[in-house]
Amino acid sequence: MASVSMTINGKQVSGEVEGRTLLVEFLREHQRLTGTHVGCDTTQCGACTIHMNGEAVKSCTMLAAQADGAEVSTIEGLANGDELHPMQEAFREHHGLQCGFCTPGMIMSATALAKRNPSPSEADVRHWLEGNLCRCTGYHNIVKAVMAGARAMNA
Amino acid sequence: MYEFNYQKAGSVADAAAKVAGADDGTLMAGGMTLIPTLKQRLAMPSDVVDIGQLTDLQGISVADSKVSIGSMTTHDTVANSADVKGAIPALAVLASGIGDPMVRNRGTMGGSVANNDPAADYPGAVLGLGATVVTDKREIAGDDFFTGMFETALDEGEIITRIDFPVPTKAAYTKFPNPASRYAIVGVFVAQTADGVRVAVTGAGGTAFRATEMEAALNANFSPSALDGIAVPADGLNKDIHASAEYRAHLIGVMAKRAVAACG
Amino acid sequence: MPRDDGIGAAVRRKEDFRFVTGQGSYTDDLNRPGQTYAAFVRSPHAHATLNSVGTAAAAGMDGVVAVFTGQDLADAEVNGLPCGWQVHSKDGEPMVEPAHPALAQGKVRHVGDAVAVVIAETPGQAQAAAEAVEVDYGVLPGIGNMTAAKAGKAQVHEEAANNQCYDWELGDEAEIDAAMAKAAHVVELPLVNNRLIANPIEPRVAIGDYDTATGEHTLYTTSQNPHVIRLLMGAFVLGLPEHKLRVVAPDVGGGFGTKIFHYAEEAIVTWAAAKVRRPIKWTSDRSEAFMTDAHGRDHETVAKLGLDADGKFLALKVQTDANMGAYLSTFAPAVPTYLYATLLAGQYTTPLVYANVRAWFTNTVPVDAYRGAGRPEATYVIERIVEEAARQIGMDPADLRAKNFVAPDAFPYQTPVALEYDSGNYAGTLEMAKTAIDYAGFPARQAASKAAGKLRGIGFSAYIEACGIAPSAVVGSLGARAGLYEVANVRVHPTGSVTMHTGTHSHGQGHETTFAQVIAERLGVPIENVDVVHGDTNNIPFGMGTYGSRSLAVGGSALAKALDKVEAKAKKIAAHLMEASDTDVEFKDGQFTIAGTDKSVAFGDVALTAYVPHNFPHDELEPGLEEQAFYDPANFTFPAGCHIAEVEIDPDTGTVTLANFVAADDFGNIVNPMIVEGQVHGGIAQGVGQALLEGCVYDEDGQLVTGSYMDYAMPRADNLPNFTVDTQVTPCPHNPLGVKGCGEAGAIAAPAAVMNAVTGAMRAAGVTKPIDMPATPSKVWAALNAS
Repeated sequence: MASVSMTINGKQVSGEVEGRTLLVEFLREHQRLTGTHVGCDTTQCGACTIHMNGEAVKSCTMLAAQADGAEVSTIEGLANGDELHPMQEAFREHHGLQCGFCTPGMIMSATALAKRNPSPSEADVRHWLEGNLCRCTGYHNIVKAVMAGARAMNA
Repeated sequence: MYEFNYQKAGSVADAAAKVAGADDGTLMAGGMTLIPTLKQRLAMPSDVVDIGQLTDLQGISVADSKVSIGSMTTHDTVANSADVKGAIPALAVLASGIGDPMVRNRGTMGGSVANNDPAADYPGAVLGLGATVVTDKREIAGDDFFTGMFETALDEGEIITRIDFPVPTKAAYTKFPNPASRYAIVGVFVAQTADGVRVAVTGAGGTAFRATEMEAALNANFSPSALDGIAVPADGLNKDIHASAEYRAHLIGVMAKRAVAACG
Repeated sequence: MPRDDGIGAAVRRKEDFRFVTGQGSYTDDLNRPGQTYAAFVRSPHAHATLNSVGTAAAAGMDGVVAVFTGQDLADAEVNGLPCGWQVHSKDGEPMVEPAHPALAQGKVRHVGDAVAVVIAETPGQAQAAAEAVEVDYGVLPGIGNMTAAKAGKAQVHEEAANNQCYDWELGDEAEIDAAMAKAAHVVELPLVNNRLIANPIEPRVAIGDYDTATGEHTLYTTSQNPHVIRLLMGAFVLGLPEHKLRVVAPDVGGGFGTKIFHYAEEAIVTWAAAKVRRPIKWTSDRSEAFMTDAHGRDHETVAKLGLDADGKFLALKVQTDANMGAYLSTFAPAVPTYLYATLLAGQYTTPLVYANVRAWFTNTVPVDAYRGAGRPEATYVIERIVEEAARQIGMDPADLRAKNFVAPDAFPYQTPVALEYDSGNYAGTLEMAKTAIDYAGFPARQAASKAAGKLRGIGFSAYIEACGIAPSAVVGSLGARAGLYEVANVRVHPTGSVTMHTGTHSHGQGHETTFAQVIAERLGVPIENVDVVHGDTNNIPFGMGTYGSRSLAVGGSALAKALDKVEAKAKKIAAHLMEASDTDVEFKDGQFTIAGTDKSVAFGDVALTAYVPHNFPHDELEPGLEEQAFYDPANFTFPAGCHIAEVEIDPDTGTVTLANFVAADDFGNIVNPMIVEGQVHGGIAQGVGQALLEGCVYDEDGQLVTGSYMDYAMPRADNLPNFTVDTQVTPCPHNPLGVKGCGEAGAIAAPAAVMNAVTGAMRAAGVTKPIDMPATPSKVWAALNAS
């Protein structure tokens, strides 16, 4: 066991982990931040997407120990109380979610895009979402939501 | 995952020592291949030695007609580097097509090259540009580096520190992705260099290789039409449910022509 | 002025706040105090005898609480998993229905078949001990496909001679052959409906819990129908009475059919939790999902369509082989029979239809309902062969369809394959779709593609489905072992807010919003004051769950009936308050009034009176305002429409690009158009996925080749265009909301539309032999270069 500490959604946390403990396990099981989901085991579905040091990463393909000392943000840290983040609001407004399981990863991926590209085109969004699978929406409304959310974030 | 001992390396020398000192140590760069492999319980190392965070191994510099990229530089950094885009735009294009945005934020050039997955993109660039792989022990010519499927010229515990890519006159990389994994079914890197044209093919065979007949044709006439009639033999190429060897052979021709066209 | 939260409004979903903030509560998010973890030992072989299963070493490992094998379950008299539908062969014999033990006994029959379960303190310990279970397999030849099954390469089940499950027919073969002999044109087409894996992004999870104080068993599970699981597991597998068995399906991350069925892991964690007196959690990873979630489709068909000289359809004859996999999953036998052959008339007046369906056992994962379930397969047969017929006789495919449509004034329309269509306007949706895609402009677009070195094709799919399952008496007569009604309970609280309990289950469909809109509209209460509860057998009176686009058509109808009862009682209370006769009371926009007077009482006052009955008609009524209704539908509903796909093919690589896709659907009345559009989008994506990307591949011996997303191609955002979707409304005449259902339309219609476009484009390049789905680049390229 080794101890790790990191900042999660602005809060300093620490814990004892095994070498093999994945960051997503640390988030879900140790910190009980269950908004970050696991949908595959081959680093493809993106349901586990979070931000580490400001960049989107797949928390199922990182060890918790690799995030030692890092700034981590998850879906739980996005809204300000009852006030949704503009990207969350855009997903709601444009019906960019159905079952909601891929949604946290989608939103975390989308906010990372919006930071780089304040006004992404449809093609930009579709290309960026290569690492996030959704089985419900056919992506149509997700793409609309991400385009609108990026503009709202950068308005 | 089987349990293992995670160790963060403090330096390249420390990493080498930690791997050497372990029962069955393995290096980890970005972990984009290693961690999924561990999750599938397909590997059981005693120790995982993390070199991904070594800042000495990160960064890009351009000098003397070459682009030097630290081995632990992420695909995303390469893809978005103004230096790379200026000197070898094809390399930035290649990096921007690896995996997905999240994978590119973690995956590293050195990790990809050392792993030598037959469907990886970077081996195409290393061969196609005639790069030099620099390790903690020596320099290895790109042409000598890839020795077989998942096999390289690296010795046990040897660590890639950087790769030096000579700046070509022009170059392009064209990839035909696997519809499921998005790895390369065929990727062709074409470069016009001071020493002539190089055409490197990844994805199609057990390891990346150069298409010498194409190189000769392009040396004579650097245009897509120069490749007309050059049939790559299907013998020995990979085959799976996504592509037969014949289809891969055909795609090599198509991707090569498109790469030449993209060179402008 | 219509309400902005009532029927017809694109209300933003009530459930979304919790989902977009990461506060959804999925099964894997739950942990029970003292919880242990289960890991399964699964067969790596497609077919093998179990010579021995050695558990001693595993049982002694760190953290291991218990290890159970198939023998342990047999000793404890745990039964096998039941099949919910019995089909009879054409000779009158019932289908072969082999036992499906929850843990294998004697033999394993597919890769992933469970041999033993280890329960340990941590997931890692459970997994390590599972690897230490020593299984001696006697490997047998494996059957990876139906060809091998028919050839008798091995015997999957002793009792199934030649590996056949049933040989079923619908219609009169002699009659159809006679009609076919007289046809001016006969078009024959072999078709493969590729095997798919549903792949909801949430993998399956099951948590078993046992309360030693009350003797109550609880199963938390990723299910589309918790009551059905309680019924199947309680009554058939574990022998637990309903009052001691609670099944909870909380937020569920997509289902698409594969979470309808009762799975072994559910029964095992429920049973074992009582044995070890600790909660037990099992979480599937994706690799495990690929080899244990029921798969879908997997039909091989030869279809023949006879037409007269004018292009009128005379007869359709269909011979289909359907792969059941290694065991019969919950509804598997019904899918290629009653959910398939009964739809083979399509939107057309074809007077004679005959289908012969043979079902086979193979050493593969069981196959069952996947989005559309039988109806996509039927639509694929009809719409591919109609398109092929148009090409062969040189008729415009839209005109050929229009010529054969059931006319709008012909309803109710009795088909030759048992169903009576209730309403529709097929020419209407065809024309809508043609306009939306600019059909007239296609030749110019095709020429432009050609000039750019590309092949362009356009393809129609005029589909019909039978939804709103189902009239219980009808399905009972066809072999269903359950009724398929639905249940709604409307609880008006003293201050006028409302909680509705539904037996349907929402796993993406937005019931919490749609049902609330119906209530807001009917009772005149703001939607914020309405909550919809589902997913817990302890909260919900009963229910059959969500599949087959049934929730609004059947569950919504139950709700409408319950609301009728609420309104009737509330009117009586209001009449009492206003000192009038209830027959004079009108109820509108939340106000009870007496015509011709200025008397009025608000709904909230009536609700309060019902619970504070100081001034109340006690002689006539009981206090309280809560009503419940069961609704058993009078008929199926028949959503229908026309989808058109336009594709471009790069002949150099074989890559197919979906250039445009339009959908014109008739779902009857629509409660929330935003949600309906979303359902159509998602269905189209799965249909396009089937046509262009997805295919589950087994090798000949039954090894699963597509065992992860590395080889099973899931549609991603950049595989798809934006879709153009629109609707026409022909209300369902026999349910109170006039609704038909929308959840499966895209998955049903899209495969044929896309493949008609692909084969059309290839035909323009001289390739007349159609290819099968998925039209991957390598397959398209090979076909283009075959000559």
